[in-house]
Amino acid sequence: MEDIFPLSKLEINEKGIVKKINIEGEFRRRLLDLGLIPDTEVTVLQKSPFGDPVAYLIRGAVIALRREIVDKILVERVLV
Amino acid sequence: MKSKDIVVALAGNPNVGKSTVFNGLTGLNQHTGNWAGKTVSVAKGAYFYNDKKFILVDLPGTYSLLSNSIDEEVARDFICFENPDVVIVVVDATCLERNLNLVLQIIEITSNVVVCVNLMDEARKKKIVVNLQKLSKILGVPVVGTSASIKEGLNQLMEAVDKMLVNNPKEVIKIKYDDNIEKEIKNIQKELTIIKNINARWLALRLLEGEDSFIKTFEKNESYKLLKCVKESQRRLRNVGIDKDEFRDKIVSGIVRRAENISEKVVIKNEKYYQRDYKIDKIITSKLFGIPLMMMLLGIIFYITIIGANVPSEILANILFQGEEYLSQIFEKLNVPLWLHGMVVHGMYRTLAWVVSVMLPPMTIFFPLFTILEDLGYLPRVAFNLDKLFKKVSACGKQALTMCMGFGCNAAGVIGCRIINSPRERLIAIITNNFVPCNGRFPTLIAIITMFFVGVISSPLQPLFSAFLLTLIIILGVMMTLFVSKVLSKTILKGLPSNFVLELPPYRKPQIRRIIIRSILDRTLFVLGRAVIVAMPAGLIIWIMANVKISDVSLLTHFATFLNPFANLIGLDGYILMSFILGFPANEIVIPLIIMSYMSSSTMLELSSLAELKTLLIDNGWTWLTAICVMLFSLMHWPCGTTYLTIRKETQSWKWTLVSFLVPTIMGIISCFVVTSFVRLFGFL
Repeated sequence: MEDIFPLSKLEINEKGIVKKINIEGEFRRRLLDLGLIPDTEVTVLQKSPFGDPVAYLIRGAVIALRREIVDKILVERVLV
Repeated sequence: MKSKDIVVALAGNPNVGKSTVFNGLTGLNQHTGNWAGKTVSVAKGAYFYNDKKFILVDLPGTYSLLSNSIDEEVARDFICFENPDVVIVVVDATCLERNLNLVLQIIEITSNVVVCVNLMDEARKKKIVVNLQKLSKILGVPVVGTSASIKEGLNQLMEAVDKMLVNNPKEVIKIKYDDNIEKEIKNIQKELTIIKNINARWLALRLLEGEDSFIKTFEKNESYKLLKCVKESQRRLRNVGIDKDEFRDKIVSGIVRRAENISEKVVIKNEKYYQRDYKIDKIITSKLFGIPLMMMLLGIIFYITIIGANVPSEILANILFQGEEYLSQIFEKLNVPLWLHGMVVHGMYRTLAWVVSVMLPPMTIFFPLFTILEDLGYLPRVAFNLDKLFKKVSACGKQALTMCMGFGCNAAGVIGCRIINSPRERLIAIITNNFVPCNGRFPTLIAIITMFFVGVISSPLQPLFSAFLLTLIIILGVMMTLFVSKVLSKTILKGLPSNFVLELPPYRKPQIRRIIIRSILDRTLFVLGRAVIVAMPAGLIIWIMANVKISDVSLLTHFATFLNPFANLIGLDGYILMSFILGFPANEIVIPLIIMSYMSSSTMLELSSLAELKTLLIDNGWTWLTAICVMLFSLMHWPCGTTYLTIRKETQSWKWTLVSFLVPTIMGIISCFVVTSFVRLFGFL
């Protein structure tokens, strides 16, 4: 099994399973509300024209997140 | 609201067609403000069913009721404290799992819930099947499938709401949390027996979570025993490793997992159909095409607006100025005193005629075109494309969205800023919203571009070039927005960019027929109404000023002469600056007022085309420099009266209202001054 690493390290079309969210307070709640809880699968969909933010597929919805956020979300790679 | 009226709250995630359900139920008898699309405050409407009147309250779209954004508080407080008889939760059939999160949260508060699974038609297209009966059985509340845009299922929805009045759901779904948490919920619930209307279990959860607003309420009521009990429960939970953050995690995860579990049972998905949107996005937001495509779309909209407005403009001008002649003849026949004749016909009527013929057609055409883009779901992609730029200036990416709303109406853009959670970033968005020209301003830009920069002789390329120049001006406005946001972030609104989440909703087919009918009817009536209220009195003032003389010189000239030295510095003249000042109530009267004041001191009285208008302006000393400065000043000056009042209301502060007034004005003056000095210094003119 591979170690966990930041979601930002995943390439387009790769998938990861959320293991840890190193964000606290109000914004953590906001992410959880979107269904981004541990063991959720996330697919990297698309970079914006300037490379940041990146769009992710989370539980059927497309959500764009900035680099600072995805640096703090740790995932485990899903091998396809 | 009368006591016998039945109150129904309408809740739901953003982008699920909640407004369409609202419109479908209440008909055209309600208004959500002058920018169709976003529901930014609580709108009310009514419908009749079974001889009863139902008041429908459209709550702001939210993903959750547990975070503390303004919208979520509005929605939560309404459901908790206003005691609606029924809550309809609108969910998206194509994205049920995420939507169920909110449904479960609301069922925790009240069991009088009807779930409206909307967008069933899109689900069918995407081959997604939702088992509504099963969903209803699991949730324990009625579930109705609808396709609000084609009015499917709305009757069943009204029926379900009506039935609920006599038949409350008994056995609704209950989410079971961690055993430790369940134990403490019971402990607190024991102390809560006196509280009516609010579900005790839900309230116990909020208290354990340490929700400030509820704790404060109980402190005020001196319920010390309860608060002590809460403290002890929280301590016991901490002892087993459940601190505040962990508690929240467990609650939210519990709900999300339950939603996942239900969704697995009732939805048959078809992954292939999601791929279409991803493929479109891969092009629309790609590195190569993203930005150019955005500018092209804007250019195309301007192009259609310009060519579309040409003919109706001319026809309207012909009719209205013919009308002026008839009106004059009637006044003469009736021997109406000259001063009254002048006031009514040459003052009020003529200004109105200019507003209607020059300003109305482009406004009426642009508005539905832009709404189509909004309906399609393109605007969040604009925010996605531009976010990096906004991050660089320490602002929120959603500012791109509020900026887009500003194209329709700056006041609507300012209200739209509620979607930005950080107060600092929200203020930046409010202060800079005026840097995008609203619908009332760019007909001015179009008219000047046409007269001075592309020539009035019609050629097929002419509107294309106009659209191109107009797009450049908009880009300048966007650059100003970014620059000023940066300056504000470094000075009076210091701070780092905060985190935010941006959803890219699925593309939707715009409801073109509804958009066209609504925006033409609404917009035309709105602009006409405003023209009557604002343009006619302004025309009257101009006429009076032109005809009241002090030492043989009209008041108008006195005032213009007074403004002239300053106006000259920034490339304008006294009459132009005065028109901008008198145009404070509504931007669309600025050009008509400039024309009126020149005409009052000129011999030329017949004016019916842009070519003649150009002659009038040139006779009054206009050069291409004047034209550029008028466009710059139109892009950057104080917000109109309505926007100004809206800013006051939204910020609750005269200070920030004043800042919003000064910032664009100062930027406009500086820009015009720099351009004018540069041109004069180097003798280009």
